[in-house]
Amino acid sequence: MLTRLPWWLAALVLLGIWAAISALASSDYRVILAAVARGLGVTLSVSLVAYTASLLLGLGLGLFRTSPLRVAREAATFYVELVRGLPMLVILYYIAFVGAPALAAALNAALKPLIDRGLATPVETRNLGFAARAVIALTLGYSAFIAEIFRAGIESVDRGQVEAALALGLSRGQVMRTIVLPQATRNVLPALANEFIAIIKDSALVSALGVQDITQLGKVYAASTFKFFETYNAVAFFYLCLTVSLSLLVRAMERRLKAGGSR
Amino acid sequence: MSAFIEIRGARRVFRASGERRGMADTIALDGIDLDVETGEVVVIIGPSGSGKSTLLRVVNRLERLDEGEIRIEGELVTSPRADLRRLREEVGMVFQSFNLFSHLCVLDNLTLAPRLVRGLTRGEAETRALSILKRVGLADKAARYPRELSGGQQQRAAIARALAMEPKALLFDEPTSALDPEMIREVLDVMKGLAAEGMTMLVVSHEMGFAREAADRVVFMDEGRVVESGSPEELFGHPREARTRAFLQHVL
Repeated sequence: MLTRLPWWLAALVLLGIWAAISALASSDYRVILAAVARGLGVTLSVSLVAYTASLLLGLGLGLFRTSPLRVAREAATFYVELVRGLPMLVILYYIAFVGAPALAAALNAALKPLIDRGLATPVETRNLGFAARAVIALTLGYSAFIAEIFRAGIESVDRGQVEAALALGLSRGQVMRTIVLPQATRNVLPALANEFIAIIKDSALVSALGVQDITQLGKVYAASTFKFFETYNAVAFFYLCLTVSLSLLVRAMERRLKAGGSR
Repeated sequence: MSAFIEIRGARRVFRASGERRGMADTIALDGIDLDVETGEVVVIIGPSGSGKSTLLRVVNRLERLDEGEIRIEGELVTSPRADLRRLREEVGMVFQSFNLFSHLCVLDNLTLAPRLVRGLTRGEAETRALSILKRVGLADKAARYPRELSGGQQQRAAIARALAMEPKALLFDEPTSALDPEMIREVLDVMKGLAAEGMTMLVVSHEMGFAREAADRVVFMDEGRVVESGSPEELFGHPREARTRAFLQHVL
């Protein structure tokens, strides 16, 4: 029994208990946890919105990557290689300080007839919030990884089943929708869930833009009180609660998929 | 009146390029002429690599033809403008490795194409599917998933899936080659039943017993060519060509 117990999990739970006891015993920790917790909503909403958007964009790119159309394939590959080759932090700065003004200029150009008639006001870059810019950047970055996961999933589907479906008279679109994508998605579900865990962690990068997520609030609090140890303990505690529970969920999912047999 | 399937001068070469770089070009089909009449059962035999499977695959255009023509019910299906989906609605195919849709239960395997392609409602498609499953002896397996069935049951379900489209002809690509010996019979029995009912069938098989019993005509292929063809009695009893004799000696 003792040998089958997952020791890593036991150790993490003990760490959590120790953190809880310290928090209850010290008023310092209670103040810090409360201060940092105000960033939880931002961390979660940035992660969720960016993840949902990058799933959609990634699925589209993944379909392009496996398209019989060469133009689509090459364009998607270009995008994926370009984005995957850049550090996430650089993408973030790029979107925030280069992409956002460009986007505002493009919008203004598109809306020019309306603006000239006084029907719309010009978009100003500073009205495009840094949280929104951060979400766009994370979406663009993660869609490249998710596209590769979808591509692998699509390619993992038995070619014979595709031929059987074509031989029954289904169109390519119908084959993709009813045969390939259901099986591909099922096969890559754990990998997609892992990307959500990754995006939660990378959402900390938005603190570089001053967006008030857990990390940013911790940074500000620590700098003003010099309680670096306690503050970053609190920050780590919040991230671990999110990521470890999700990672346990992924494990359960993998076990179920394996038991069900994906083929 | 023209034949149901007419193959004229069919030629298909697999070029040694891409992933096949460094290998010699393979001439899979080297000028094949073959007719299959409505209601006829034609069994193609021959050594592996003789182009039998490729021939089936070009008939419903899973593989393209480099030269030659194929007509089905007089309609040219090898032209680039041919309506492949209509062709495939009318000509069903059964594969060596069954290729059932693994994420769907047997019933859904049978109803998918009739609903999407023929426009049947779910109710209509299920009624039809259940009566076909009964015919192939799988009425009690409708709710099962392919992985829960034996190989023989899977292949019978795959035949039922093709039948659910009510095709005018069926192509069988070595339907029993992936099966354990004790399961071959149950699949062959279903095929014999179809042959007796007058289904037009083009069958690639190594089952000489089936060819003898069910075929109207047996075709012997080697190196991408039709070496000889005739009634089972002629071909098995009095083969004219030395290559046919050598092959039959080997397998019988």
